[in-house]
Amino acid sequence: MSISGLLWQLFAIVLALALAPLLTGWVNQCRAWLQNRSAPPLLQPYYMLHKLFLKDVVLAHGASPIFRFAPFAMFGCMLLACAIIPTLSTDLPFAPAADTIALVGVFGLARIFISLAAMDIGTSFGTLGGRREMLVGFLAEPALLMVIFTMAMIAQSTSVATIVETLAHRDFVIYPSLAFAGIAFTFVSFAENARVPIDNPATHLELTMIHEAMILEYSGRHLALIEWAASLKLYAYSCLGLALFFPWGIAEGDSFLGLLMSIPVLVAKLAIGGALLAFIETINAKVRIFRAPEFLGTAFLFAVLGLLVRLLLESRV
Amino acid sequence: MPILLPIDVLLLAACAWLAVGFAGILAPRNFFFISKILFPLGAAVAVLAGLTSLRFLGGAAETAVLAIGLPGLPFHLRLDNLTAVFALLVGFAAAGISIFAAGYFRKGEGTAPGLMCLQYHVFLASMLLVLLADDAYAFMVAWECMALSSFFLVTTEHRHAEIRRAGYLYLLIAHVGAIAILLSFGVMTAGSGDYSFAGMRAQQLSSFWASVAFLLALFGFGAKAGLLPVHVWLPEAHPAAPSPVSAMMSGVMLKTAIYGLLRVSFDLVGSPIWWWGVVAMTVGLATAVFGVLYSTVQSDMKRLLAYSSIENIGLLAVALGLALLFHAYRMDGLAALAMTALLYHCLAHAGFKSLLFLCTGSVLHATKERSLGKLGGLIHRMPWVAWLALAGVIASAGLPPLSGFVSEWLLLQAFLFSPGLPHSWLNMVVPVAAAVVALVAALAGFAMVKFYGIVFLGQMREEALKEAQDAGPWERAGLLWLAGLTLALGVLPSTVIGIIDAATAQLLGTGLAERVEEHGWLLLAPITPERASYQPLIFLVVIVAAGLLGRILVRRLYHGRGRRTAAWDCGYVFQGPRAQDTAEGFSQPIRRIFEPMFRMERHFPTLRDEKPYYSVKVEDHLWHWLYLPLARLVNGISTLITALQGGRIAIYLLYSFLTLIVLLLVARP
Repeated sequence: MSISGLLWQLFAIVLALALAPLLTGWVNQCRAWLQNRSAPPLLQPYYMLHKLFLKDVVLAHGASPIFRFAPFAMFGCMLLACAIIPTLSTDLPFAPAADTIALVGVFGLARIFISLAAMDIGTSFGTLGGRREMLVGFLAEPALLMVIFTMAMIAQSTSVATIVETLAHRDFVIYPSLAFAGIAFTFVSFAENARVPIDNPATHLELTMIHEAMILEYSGRHLALIEWAASLKLYAYSCLGLALFFPWGIAEGDSFLGLLMSIPVLVAKLAIGGALLAFIETINAKVRIFRAPEFLGTAFLFAVLGLLVRLLLESRV
Repeated sequence: MPILLPIDVLLLAACAWLAVGFAGILAPRNFFFISKILFPLGAAVAVLAGLTSLRFLGGAAETAVLAIGLPGLPFHLRLDNLTAVFALLVGFAAAGISIFAAGYFRKGEGTAPGLMCLQYHVFLASMLLVLLADDAYAFMVAWECMALSSFFLVTTEHRHAEIRRAGYLYLLIAHVGAIAILLSFGVMTAGSGDYSFAGMRAQQLSSFWASVAFLLALFGFGAKAGLLPVHVWLPEAHPAAPSPVSAMMSGVMLKTAIYGLLRVSFDLVGSPIWWWGVVAMTVGLATAVFGVLYSTVQSDMKRLLAYSSIENIGLLAVALGLALLFHAYRMDGLAALAMTALLYHCLAHAGFKSLLFLCTGSVLHATKERSLGKLGGLIHRMPWVAWLALAGVIASAGLPPLSGFVSEWLLLQAFLFSPGLPHSWLNMVVPVAAAVVALVAALAGFAMVKFYGIVFLGQMREEALKEAQDAGPWERAGLLWLAGLTLALGVLPSTVIGIIDAATAQLLGTGLAERVEEHGWLLLAPITPERASYQPLIFLVVIVAAGLLGRILVRRLYHGRGRRTAAWDCGYVFQGPRAQDTAEGFSQPIRRIFEPMFRMERHFPTLRDEKPYYSVKVEDHLWHWLYLPLARLVNGISTLITALQGGRIAIYLLYSFLTLIVLLLVARP
C-alpha cells in the first residue's frame, strides 16, 4: 500500500462526494428537459444540501438514538461502497476490502439501518415505508446476486477489480450472457435507487412513496446526510454498472497520467448514463407496489438466463 | 508431558457439570446459592471446556475407555478435531448463557430452582458427552440424556397445557429421530456386532447400505436439527422453554445434530455418493425457504426466532450438501471451502441466536409479554438489551461486518465453483440454488427488521411497557459475552478459519488454513486475493470513521442544534401507538406474495359489523398434509386394536391359548 495509492484512494472518495450530487442534479435536469419543464440549475442538489445543513434538526419526541445514528451509518456505508467500486483505477488500496458479494452486503446494511430508523418514531408512514423498502430489497437482492454470479463466472473472480480488468482486456466479442446480465442489472438498480417503475423520487403522494415515506420525519443535517447518501448510492450503482459492463477507460495500476485520464472518461460515461436514466424514467410510469415482484421477478429471470447462457453456450469460449 | 490430557479435562468438565447439577439438589430452595454460585460455577466450567478444546485443536486424536456401560461394551470416548470444534462451540456459548441464567431465573416460577439447576447441567454434560462418544452405545445414552433433560427443561412451566403439549411433541419427534439414528448405526456395523465407531469405519458397506445409513442419519439427526418435514416441534418447544434454555437448544443443541450428521457422512460411512449431496441440499433449501418465510409472518417473538433457527439449519444442510457433492467428486479443496462455511456458520449461529433468544428473555421478564403486538419502544427503557440485540439482528440478517455474513460469503464462494462439477446437469442447477440462498438471506433481513423494529422501536403499544426495567448486571454480562463473540467471529475470519481448519482437514484431508493464513489476519481470501477477498475490519473502520468524521465536520462547519417536537401527524390527529404497523401488518407483503406457502384463516370485517375486527391465523401446511393424517391413522389403528380389549379375563386367556397353539405350530425345531 503506497502513499500515492492512499492519496488516490482519498481523491476517489472526495471525487465521489463531489460528483454524486452533481449526478443527481444532472438526472433531474435531463428529466425536466424531457418532460418539457424548465430545468432546475445543475447545482441545485448542492444548494439543497447547504440549506438543510444550515437548518435546525427537529426531532420527534419518540426518536431514539438509532434514529439519530442511522443517517451517519448510512452515509458511512455508501462512502465505503464508493471507495470499493473502481471509479478511477482498479488498483486502489481499499479494493480488496470487499468483493461484489460484500458490496451487496454493504447496501443491505444501509438498508437495514434506514428501515429501522423509519420504524423508530412509530408513525404509520414510517413503518409502511420500512416494510416496502425491505420488500424491494429482498426481491432485488437475489437478482443482483445472479448478475454478479454471471460476471464472476466470466472473470473467474468476484473481486470487482479483477472483473473489470478481465472484461476490459478480452477480445471484443459480444457475450449474450452479459447482455442479459446488463438488462437485469439495470432493472435492479432502478429498484434499488428508488427510481420510477418502483418508486418516484419526486413524489410525496402517501400511498405510493417508499423512500420518501421512510425519511418523512427527518430534517436538517440528518436529512441532508440521507439525501447525500442516496445520491452516493446512485453514483455507486452507476459506477458499478459502468465498471462491469463498460469497463474501458478505468486505469489499472497507479500511474499519474492514467489516473488523470480516467477522470474525464468517468465524467463522460456518467453524463451519458444519467441522461439515459432520465430518459427511461420519463417514458415509464410508476407501477403499483404489488407489481414490483413482477418487475424484479423479470430481472431475476433475465439474470438466471444470463447465467444459464453462460454455462450452456459460452463455457468453452 | 502434562498429567491431564485435553480429553481428561473435557471429561472432568462434564463431571463437574454433573456435580454442580447435583449440588443444586442438595439445597433445592436456596435461591441465592443456586443462581449466584452454581450457575456462575457452571459458566466457569464452560469456559474451561471451551479453552481446552481451543488449545487441543490441531492435535492428534486422543481416546479413553470408561469402565461403565454394558458388560463387554465399555464407553469409548475420543477427542478429535471435529469433536473439539463443537466442544468449543458448546463451551463458549454455554458460558454466556449460564452467566445470563444466573441473573435470569426468578423465585417462585415453575420448577424448583434446584431441580432446574440439575436438569440444566445434565443437559450441558450430556451434550459434551455426545460429542466425545466413540461408540454407538455411549452416543445413544448421551443423546437420550440430552433429549430427556431438555424435555424437562422445556416443560419447566408445566402448569400450562400448551407447554405440556409442546414438550410432548418434542419428546415424540426426538424419539422418532433417535430410532432412525439407532438404525443407522445398526446398518453401519454391517452385522459385525462391533458398535464402536472404529469398527464402523473399518466396515466396507455396499453403496446401497451406505445410502440407507446416510438417509437414516439424515432423517434422525434432521429430526433433532429441525429439517423439513420433521421441524414441527421446534417452533412449539422454543417458545415454551425459559429463554436461557431456548438459547441453549437453538444455539447449541441443534449443532450436536449437525455434528452427528458430519460424523456419520464424512467419517463413519466411508466415501459419499454424489446424490447424497443433492438430497441434503434439496432438503436444506426447502427448509431454509420454509423457515425464513414462516419467521417473517410470526407474531410471537420467540416463535419468530425459532423459525429463523429452522432457516439457519437449512442453510447448514445446504453447505453440507455442497461439501458432500464436492467431496464425492474428489474436489476436496472446494469441499473444504463448503465445510469451512458450514463450521463457521455453526459457530456464528450459536453466538447470534443465543444472543437473540436471551434478549427475548430479558424483554419477557421486563414486560411479561411475548406477543409482538403488545411490545414496542423498548429501546427507551432497555437500552442495553436493545443495543446488544442490534448486533444479533445484524449478524442474523447475514450482513457485514458481523459473523453471519462471513459464513454466507464463504458459502456463496463455494457455490461459485459448482459449475466445475463433472456432471451433466448438476453444474447448471447448483449455481441457481445460490439464488435461493440469496433470497433466504434477504428475507432473513426482513424478518430481523420486523423483530427489532416492532420490539424495540416505535411507540410503546401498551401502557405497562413504560414500567419495563433494563436487564440486570448478570444478564448484561452474558449478553455482552455473546455479542463479543459475534463481533469477533465477524471481524477476525482468517484467525477463526485457522482455528477450525483442523476439523476440515481431518474430514476431507485438506484444509483452507494455508491459503488463508498466507495473507495475514486482516484479509480473508480463501482461494486467491485476485479471486475474492474480504476485509471486515477495514469495513468496520471505514464505516465508523466516515460516520464520525461526517458528524464532526457537520458540527464544525455548520452547527449541532436541534429541538424536539411532536411527530408529524399528516393532519390526522389520532396518531396513537395503535396507528403503527402491527406484526401482522408488517408481514402483509410476504403473505400476499407467497400466499400458496401459507395456510391462512382470515376474518375480514364487514360494513354491518357492530364490533368490526380483523384476524389472520397462519398455519403450517404440513400439519394438515402430513401430521394430522398421520395422527388420524395412528388413532384409527389404535381404535381397531381396542376391539381386542374385551375387558373379560376369559377372552385374554383365550388369546394366550391361541398364541401358544400358533407358536407351537410355527416354531417347530
